[in-house]
Amino acid sequence: MLVVLFLLGPLAVIVVFAFDKSNVQSLPIRHWTTHWFSVAFHDPAVRSALWLSIKAGLAATIIALVLGTLVAFGIHRFRFFGRDTVSLMLVLPIALPGIVTGLALQSAFNISHIELSIYTIIVGHATFCMVVVFNNVVARLRRTSTSLLEASSDLGARPVQTFRLVTLPMLSTAIIAGTLLAFALSFDEVIVTTFTAGAQNTLPLWIFGAILRGQQLPEVNAVVVGVLLLTAIPVAYAAKIASGDSAEVLGQSTKP
Amino acid sequence: MSVREGTRQRLGAALWRRPWLRGALILSPPLLWFLVIYLASLVALLVTAFFSTNSLTGNIIYQWTWSNFSQIFTQSVYHTIIVRTLLMAIAVTLTDALIALPFAFFIAKIASRRTRQIFLALVLLPLWASYLARVYAWINILSNHGVLPSFESHLGLPVTNLAYTNVAMWIVFSYLWLPFMIVPIYGAFERVPDSLLEASADLGAGSWFTFRRILMPMILPGVVAGSIFTFSLTLGDFITPLLIGGSSSNFIGNAIYDSAINGGDLPFAAALAFVSIAIMAVYLLLARLAGAFEAL
Repeated sequence: MLVVLFLLGPLAVIVVFAFDKSNVQSLPIRHWTTHWFSVAFHDPAVRSALWLSIKAGLAATIIALVLGTLVAFGIHRFRFFGRDTVSLMLVLPIALPGIVTGLALQSAFNISHIELSIYTIIVGHATFCMVVVFNNVVARLRRTSTSLLEASSDLGARPVQTFRLVTLPMLSTAIIAGTLLAFALSFDEVIVTTFTAGAQNTLPLWIFGAILRGQQLPEVNAVVVGVLLLTAIPVAYAAKIASGDSAEVLGQSTKP
Repeated sequence: MSVREGTRQRLGAALWRRPWLRGALILSPPLLWFLVIYLASLVALLVTAFFSTNSLTGNIIYQWTWSNFSQIFTQSVYHTIIVRTLLMAIAVTLTDALIALPFAFFIAKIASRRTRQIFLALVLLPLWASYLARVYAWINILSNHGVLPSFESHLGLPVTNLAYTNVAMWIVFSYLWLPFMIVPIYGAFERVPDSLLEASADLGAGSWFTFRRILMPMILPGVVAGSIFTFSLTLGDFITPLLIGGSSSNFIGNAIYDSAINGGDLPFAAALAFVSIAIMAVYLLLARLAGAFEAL
C-alpha cells in the first residue's frame, strides 16, 4: 500500500495544485480555480509548443508504425545470418541512456551540416518510437502460429489477400497499442529532444525551460496536468485493447 | 483475366517462391533507417569525441586529437562528477531493489488475481505518465513551502529542508525508476512455481532457507535486469539533477548537457558520453559474468 502511495501520491499533488488560485503553491489550498488552465490555453508560447509536439509526434508515430511493424514481421518470419544481433541492436535506442541517443544524433546532424528543425525532432523520435512498435508487434507474433497463414494460402488466397484478411486482423490490436504508446512516448520526450530541437520548443521543452527559470509556475502546473491527461488516454486505451495483456504490453516497452 | 491482374499474380508467385526476396523487401526499409540514422549517429558520436572546439570562435576543429579524453582523465572535477554519478546510481539501484522485492513478492504470490491486476496497473501507469510531471511534482513536495514542510509544521514536527540536496535527488531518482525495478522482479517471481516453495517447506526447509537457497537464485536475474535500467537511466539523466539537485550537484548527464547545449563544445560532450557508455558496458559485462543473462 505504501509503495502505491509513494508511486501515485506525487501525481495527485500536482493535479491538486493545478486548481490552486494562489501564485505560490502552499497548503492548505484556500481558493479553487480553473483560471490557470485558461491562462495556459491562451498562452501563444504554449500553443505553438503544443502544436509542434503534436505535429512531430504524429509524423514520428507514422514512420515508427510502418518501420516497426515491418521489422517485427521480417525478424519473426525470416531466418537469416545475424538475426539475433539485429534484434539485440534494435533495442539499443532504449537500452542506452537517452542522452547518448540525443547527442549521437546531434553529432551526426552537425557533421552532415543539417540544421536542427522539426525534421530532426521527427527523425529522433521515430528512431526510438520504432522500438516500441517493434516490441509490441513482435510479442504478438510470437504468440500466434503460422498455421492460419498456411491454411489461408491452401484455400487459394493470394499472399496480399492473406496479409489483408488474416495477418493484419491478428496483429491489429498489437499494432494499434504500439502506435498509441509510441505517440505517448514522443509527446512526453525531453532528453533526446533537447539535442535535436535547436531553438524551437516542444511542449516538454517549454515545461522544462519554465521550471528551470522558475517562472510561470502556476501555468506550468496546468500544462503538466494537460500533458498527463493527453499521455494517459492513449496509454490506458492501449492497455485496454491489448486484451488483458496490459502488464506485458506496458512492461516490455520501456522508455528511453 | 486482365493483364494487370496477371502481372500481380505472377509477382505474388515470384515473391512466394523466393522467401529471401520477400524478406529483403520487408526488412530493408527499417534496417536501412536504423543503419543510416542510428548506427551512423553512434559512429558520428565516436568521431566527434576526437575533434576539438576553438575556444575563441566556438567552431569545431575537425582534426584528430585525444585532448577531450585526456582532459576528462586528468581534471579532478570530472573524477568527482563521475564518482558522484556512480554512487547515486548504486544508491538508487539498491533502494529500488529493496522496495521492489517485497512488493513484487506480494503482488505475484500473495495477492488475489483481481488485486494483482489492479496493483500492476497502478505500478505501470506512473511508468508511462509524463516524466517531467513526476519530477515537477517532487519540486512541489520538497520545496520550502511545499507539501512536506507544510505537513511537518502542521503536525508540529521539525521541518526538514530537503530542497536542492543530494538526499532529495536520491528520493526522486528512486521514485522515478521504481516501476522499472518492480516489473522485471515481478516477472521473475511469477516464473517461480508455488509447488517449488511447498516442496522446499515439505522437505523441512525453514522460510529463511527457502528464501535464500530457492527463491533468491531465481529472482536475482530479475533484480539484475531492473538494475540495468535504474543504472542506465541515472547515468543519462540531467533533468532531475538540474531541477531537484540544484547547481552544486553535477552529474555526467549535466556535464554533457552543459558542454553540448550551453557551452557549445560538442566534441567534449561526445567524449563524456563515451564515459557513460563505457560504464554501462562494464556494468553489462559484470551482469553477464554473474550469469544474469543466462537465466533471463
